[in-house]
Amino acid sequence: MVNRVVTGAHYGLRDWLVQRVTALVMAIYALAIVAQLLLQPAFGYDTWSELFSGNLMRTFSLLFLLSLFYHAWIGVRDIVMDYVKPASIRLVIHVLVILALILYAIWSVQILWGM
Amino acid sequence: MKFRIYRYNPDVDAAPYMQDFELNLESGDAMLLDALMMLRKQDDSLGFRKSCREGVCGSDAMNINGRNGLACITSLSSLKQPIEIRPLPGLPVIRDLIVDMTQFFKQYHSIKPYLVNNDPPPETERLQSPKQRLALDGLYECILCGCCTTACPSFWWNPDKFVGPAGLLQAYRFIADTRDQDTAARLDNLEDPYRLFRCHTIMNCADVCPKELNPTEAIGKIKDMMVKRAV
Repeated sequence: MVNRVVTGAHYGLRDWLVQRVTALVMAIYALAIVAQLLLQPAFGYDTWSELFSGNLMRTFSLLFLLSLFYHAWIGVRDIVMDYVKPASIRLVIHVLVILALILYAIWSVQILWGM
Repeated sequence: MKFRIYRYNPDVDAAPYMQDFELNLESGDAMLLDALMMLRKQDDSLGFRKSCREGVCGSDAMNINGRNGLACITSLSSLKQPIEIRPLPGLPVIRDLIVDMTQFFKQYHSIKPYLVNNDPPPETERLQSPKQRLALDGLYECILCGCCTTACPSFWWNPDKFVGPAGLLQAYRFIADTRDQDTAARLDNLEDPYRLFRCHTIMNCADVCPKELNPTEAIGKIKDMMVKRAV
């Protein structure tokens, strides 16, 4: 049993809320895109590239992806907090995950706007 | 009637093992605790806690066929044989079915489980309206048996940091009490990624509670209050 416990970081509420809001954004986007695809008369590369040619679609897709990355950060951090006990290793994993997610965000912009 | 019971005496045994027992007993109305007491007559080294034997004291919480519960209010006829009995998971075993609950009570004490009111005490008592009193139903009935907290994976991984469902239910019991004046400090005390936010709404706690309380709901209400004061 541990006698001296290091807790009291005084955060957590924002992440908990963000997790819920980003989940909502992803759910709405997923439903919208499924509806969009079902409404298309034919399926193919043309429909797909046509769908993503508009700036509106690209913007909402980026919003979805950013929500996904933020959501993933909170989820992965939760797993690491549960299972990785040494604080130093936890910190290294946290930094690596954040860097990876920032890279993914930049990559998403490049893909969506065809840069 | 067949039983398989977890045995471990750290002074004698190198490792825990499961021991088979047989009892000549028709289940009828008997409870599991009755059977355990008969088994102890067969083997007086069998260790378990009990006191009131009617679901009020919370001493005889154990893992019964994979599910936490109180032996004294678990009917034998409801159990599949062989009845497998283990100590509460996630706590150090002292002997057989007896676990060390120090960590559990440390978490319970950390939420200040008492009324904080700095007004001078009145002549008789601090009154509540029936409606205010009603807000405590489903909270004050907790007997601290530990079934919920030791069924919670978040407590298994972080028993030193996560308050656990029993402690959080009691935390909300005092937050919800209109006679308590410490709400802000109580919320501050819980606003922590480990102490409160390790709860991922798994709901094992509400599933196993022998008093049919719902710690998950209480935890949700604490989070609601935090959101309300933050936005």
